[in-house]
Amino acid sequence: LEWGEIRLELTNNEYMYWLCNLKGIGNRKISILLNTFGSAKEVYHAKEDTLRLMQELTEKDRCILLKNRDIGRIHISYANLLEKGIYFLTKEDNNYPERLKNIYDAPNALYLKGNLLKNEKKTIAIVGARNCSGYGIETARYFARELSKAGLVVISGLARGIDKAAHEGALQVGGSTYAVLGCGIDICYPSENIEVYMKMMENGGILSEYPPGVSPIPGLFPMRNRIISGLADGILVVEAKERSGSLITVDCALDQGKDVFAVPGRIMDGLSEGCHNLIKNGAKIVTKSKDILEEFQLECLNNIQILKKENNLLETNEKIVYASLSLEPKHIDHIVNETKLSVNEVLGILVKLELMNYTKQLGNNYYTATVG
Amino acid sequence: MFCKTYCAAVHGIDGLIVQVEADVSDGLPCFDMVGYLAAEVREAKERVRIALKNSTFHLPPKHITINLSPADIRKEGTAFDFPIAIAILAASGYIPQNSLNDVLFIGELSLNGELGRVNGVLPIVYSAFKQGFKTCLVPVENVKEGAVVEGIEVVGISCLSQAVEYLNGERLIEPGYVDIDSLFEQSFKDCDVDFSDLVGQQLVKRAVEIAVSGMHNICIIGPPGAGKTMIAKRIPTIMPDLTFEESMDISKVYSIAGLLSNDNVLVQSRPFRSPHHTITPVALTGGGRIPRPGEISLASGGVLFLDELPEFKKDTLEVLRQPMEDKKVTIARLNYTFQYPTNFMMVSSMNPCSCGYYPDRNRCNCSLNQVKRYLGKISKPLLDRIDIYIEAMQIDYNELIQEKTEESSSTIRVRVMKAREIQLNRFRKESIHFNSELSSKLIEKYCSLDEEETKLIEHAYRKFNLSVRGYHRILKVARTIADLDGSEMIMLKHLTEAIGYRSIDQKYWSGER
Repeated sequence: LEWGEIRLELTNNEYMYWLCNLKGIGNRKISILLNTFGSAKEVYHAKEDTLRLMQELTEKDRCILLKNRDIGRIHISYANLLEKGIYFLTKEDNNYPERLKNIYDAPNALYLKGNLLKNEKKTIAIVGARNCSGYGIETARYFARELSKAGLVVISGLARGIDKAAHEGALQVGGSTYAVLGCGIDICYPSENIEVYMKMMENGGILSEYPPGVSPIPGLFPMRNRIISGLADGILVVEAKERSGSLITVDCALDQGKDVFAVPGRIMDGLSEGCHNLIKNGAKIVTKSKDILEEFQLECLNNIQILKKENNLLETNEKIVYASLSLEPKHIDHIVNETKLSVNEVLGILVKLELMNYTKQLGNNYYTATVG
Repeated sequence: MFCKTYCAAVHGIDGLIVQVEADVSDGLPCFDMVGYLAAEVREAKERVRIALKNSTFHLPPKHITINLSPADIRKEGTAFDFPIAIAILAASGYIPQNSLNDVLFIGELSLNGELGRVNGVLPIVYSAFKQGFKTCLVPVENVKEGAVVEGIEVVGISCLSQAVEYLNGERLIEPGYVDIDSLFEQSFKDCDVDFSDLVGQQLVKRAVEIAVSGMHNICIIGPPGAGKTMIAKRIPTIMPDLTFEESMDISKVYSIAGLLSNDNVLVQSRPFRSPHHTITPVALTGGGRIPRPGEISLASGGVLFLDELPEFKKDTLEVLRQPMEDKKVTIARLNYTFQYPTNFMMVSSMNPCSCGYYPDRNRCNCSLNQVKRYLGKISKPLLDRIDIYIEAMQIDYNELIQEKTEESSSTIRVRVMKAREIQLNRFRKESIHFNSELSSKLIEKYCSLDEEETKLIEHAYRKFNLSVRGYHRILKVARTIADLDGSEMIMLKHLTEAIGYRSIDQKYWSGER
């Protein structure tokens, strides 16, 4: 088809799509352009002289705005996007998350793959360190699981460590979970999380303000944190060092007036220092899923306590070994010293317990109890 | 006049008897040597001539021809100087030929006629004994090394004129003698390390005991200072004592490598070799222009300890794969191939990450990618040859000051010996000796499980996502644990314990927990 010969009129969404896909024009400049011209269509048809009047635009920006006006290409590109099952949500869109509209510097458009995020559902963001401990992973999974069961949507950033654990926890109980990426939504970064990435689209989705194909650049990631906190009603910090990237998300959440929850660690634990500082500054300390649910006036569905399982099926020695386990990874030698059983006995029992899902091996020969 | 003497060259780990023929006849005075000689053997001409002169023997101005036969095998080394000199002396009439029959000569000559030490005396003397020689004349410095072989007289010679006097019956030299029994007795007392030195580390000790019993390769993972090296160094103390035959096999390799001396005439304790991680592939497997046994052959019959496994160069580790399977390494050169034994037990130690403290996140700040990269230096095929993985932990102060008496090596060794005996009995009709060598077919035969056990391993197979190799490894280790327990069948407790020693490779080696 020769597009030049057919006069094609673009929809508002397509004009918006054009505006959001210009390299070098960021969210802030788009907002300014939209404020000045009223709509993306007006921006598209703006004359060079009119653009020249705007002080915020550089020579380069004007060049980009003027040279990229190819209706045919925009139309095809937008059609391709829809074909891939990607939603393009502008602020005017009804499906654009209501919560996000209220935040400062809200993205002018969002890309979403998977299911639309319902406004009436309560959401919780779970964030934390990438280099986290086994304790962090277990607690993040636990809270994600319990909160999912209570009907909350879990939001995180699909990063390594806590983020991944949070998504996994929600998926374990078939809950809905959303990831906000710092790159195009068609790119799974880090790639090792592909399983979670694929699975969460069934019942949740992937979100990003960046167009598909944008590669993960470190500079983009702090920006997405405002979306994570913006989408959530509350934010739970699981493990954060004193100077952690997760604290950026917390700052955003505070600016946006969201609840901040923090999971405590041991006081000597450097990995939990950020959490402890948050607690000192007034964040709510969280040790059970109930602590969060009562803030949201939600019923706690089942009061599952850590480390209490129906263990009457176990034999005496197995009970003794199980009792010496905690959420902190423990080496077999420690267990041997505490239980006064022989090494081979303890090792055998631990493997048995692991097969029955009572314990988990973290690294060779370090064991923890499983939660919930 | 024509005369001949006998000498030997080291060929692999055996001695090859070489006949040295000398002919002294009329003609233009010259000194010719033939018989496929290496440069150092050709140089013997000068050494021999001057050594003879300086030992007050008159070398006649005649046509001297030396031939080393068999002429199609390349002669290397300096052990030929002495027999060449003797052959010339005999051909010149200084020594009667009949006193040279059944005598083997080894030694390097210096210009003043003194004999210097050479390598490989033990395998040469051993071969000479097998070939029916009655006497060996060796340098004084090598005499005890050779005297270990019983049934042959090994006489130490310090200079050429002494040898002539001895051969002519003008002087009596006592043959060397080594009391092997007392040597072995002594070696047990000499051990200065013992397992009782180790505080705590129950798990690692147990794992090591199992590994030694079944000759399983073992990998100890842990933070720096957890005592990984200390444990590894004590492994030889719980291995069964060397028998004389084993000792001979090991000593032969050591003799070729030049590691035996008059103070240390026979390898009495099991070797423990711990090459530094900068070692080259050739130094590890053996090789060089004139092949020499490498570290893996020197560790044969004992322990090869690779400290800081990921620090070894990748190609260095990869060469280990085939010798570990075949229990021998073959080195090919233009004219010959050598085989050295490599029947070692591999013990390796490593840190879980480059800083060493992963998964203790308070001390380790390595990113998961860094951890993966560190562990990724070791290839999967090599890891597959390791049966037992164990993580050592740092010792608590409390444990350190506890005055608990730890088990001594000799107590552990008794149990190890028992388990080994069971294995030797079981595999009498097979070509293997230990559980670690079980092939998948033999596993079916010797590691049969009852109903309950089968159910458990099936469950574990699914739950832990085991590979077929991993499954076989568990069965092999379980067999050894059962042997240690003196049990005919593999029982539930043996199996669960064996599962505990598996590598949780998928998680660990991808750095994810």
